[in-house]
Amino acid sequence: MRFFALLALWMVALSCSSNGQPAGSDDAQEASPDRPAAARAAYPFPVYTDFEQLKPWLERSNDTTYVVNFWATWCKPCVVELPYFEQLQKEATAQGRKVRVVLVSLDFGKELESKLLPFVRERRLRGQVIALLDDDYNKWIDQVSPEWSGAIPATLIYRGEDRSFFPEAFDSYPDLEAALADFAR
Amino acid sequence: MKKNLLAALAVLAGLGISLACTNPPVIEEVLKIGDKAPDFTLVNAVDGKPYQLSKDFPEATRGYIVTFTCNTCPFAIKYEDRIIALHEKMAPKGYPVVAIQPNDPAIKPGDDMEAMKAQAEKKDYPFVYLFDEGQKVYPQYGASRTPEIFLLDKDLVLRYHGTIDDSATDPAAVTVNYVEQAVEALESGRKPDPATTKAIGCTIKTNK
Repeated sequence: MRFFALLALWMVALSCSSNGQPAGSDDAQEASPDRPAAARAAYPFPVYTDFEQLKPWLERSNDTTYVVNFWATWCKPCVVELPYFEQLQKEATAQGRKVRVVLVSLDFGKELESKLLPFVRERRLRGQVIALLDDDYNKWIDQVSPEWSGAIPATLIYRGEDRSFFPEAFDSYPDLEAALADFAR
Repeated sequence: MKKNLLAALAVLAGLGISLACTNPPVIEEVLKIGDKAPDFTLVNAVDGKPYQLSKDFPEATRGYIVTFTCNTCPFAIKYEDRIIALHEKMAPKGYPVVAIQPNDPAIKPGDDMEAMKAQAEKKDYPFVYLFDEGQKVYPQYGASRTPEIFLLDKDLVLRYHGTIDDSATDPAAVTVNYVEQAVEALESGRKPDPATTKAIGCTIKTNK
């Protein structure tokens, strides 16, 4: 009896041996979106040229559930499922649930101004948009999830050490909610 | 009884978490490096004729650069000129590009046979542009996105699988051409390293 419980604990410990870093300074930024205009970049969202800059967003060790979606404005199935993430952020915020939607755009650098920026403005996206321009994909895809081939859309949902990876689009809002339910306690 | 149930639940929870965590790698590849890739016959959108991989590529004296790509994916478009250049460099060495369009045109009309033919003629593709009719071939290779490369030797054994180079959006910033590097390795009797790479790409469009 006790053996089984210990075995389970051991497996948990083993499977999650590499842990993320504690939430860093980015959380401070997160908390105050209205920074002084002088501190703002040319875009109303961060533009990362190196995956290392995104990494803290994938390893926060607080009690918020992070829903990190990889997408692009030109990716049709991505744009189709985007409203589900928006709805999730809206409802979770209204219900006081600790859920943070992070929309990592893989739009091309040359198209940030012509495509991503107008898209973000027109839709008034609630999720935290981040533009990731690190072209050396092979270097970082496995760090998001070894289960990921690199096809988009793809979504990582995590809370602390608890992680699930979804290598395809969610078909509906209830589908997304169901995926999130595993993290609700 | 209840205790047993709790223990079972604990074990299941442990399993669930271990599956959900990022390590160890759990990706299940349909075709592994060293596996023999399935032969196939597909129609070339340009001349409307069927081509069998193992029989109809006499220039493939050393191997094949099987390339899943399409008209519509922005990454495939970014790589189009580089795929042409790859063929022009590698076909004389015995490794022609064999391009396959795997998307379902019912979902992506811009990838139907007519559009494929038009694109191939516009860019004067020096290689065949095969249509994966009924989407039978790409699942056998375990392809998931466009563009995606499977480098086979002349016995159809998979030697390299992944992306073309390390700079999708800026050809001028390429530092490693993985496919050329893999061919060079094979030609000098070494194993390609890396033998697999990943890249961002468009999900292959299917209704299945």
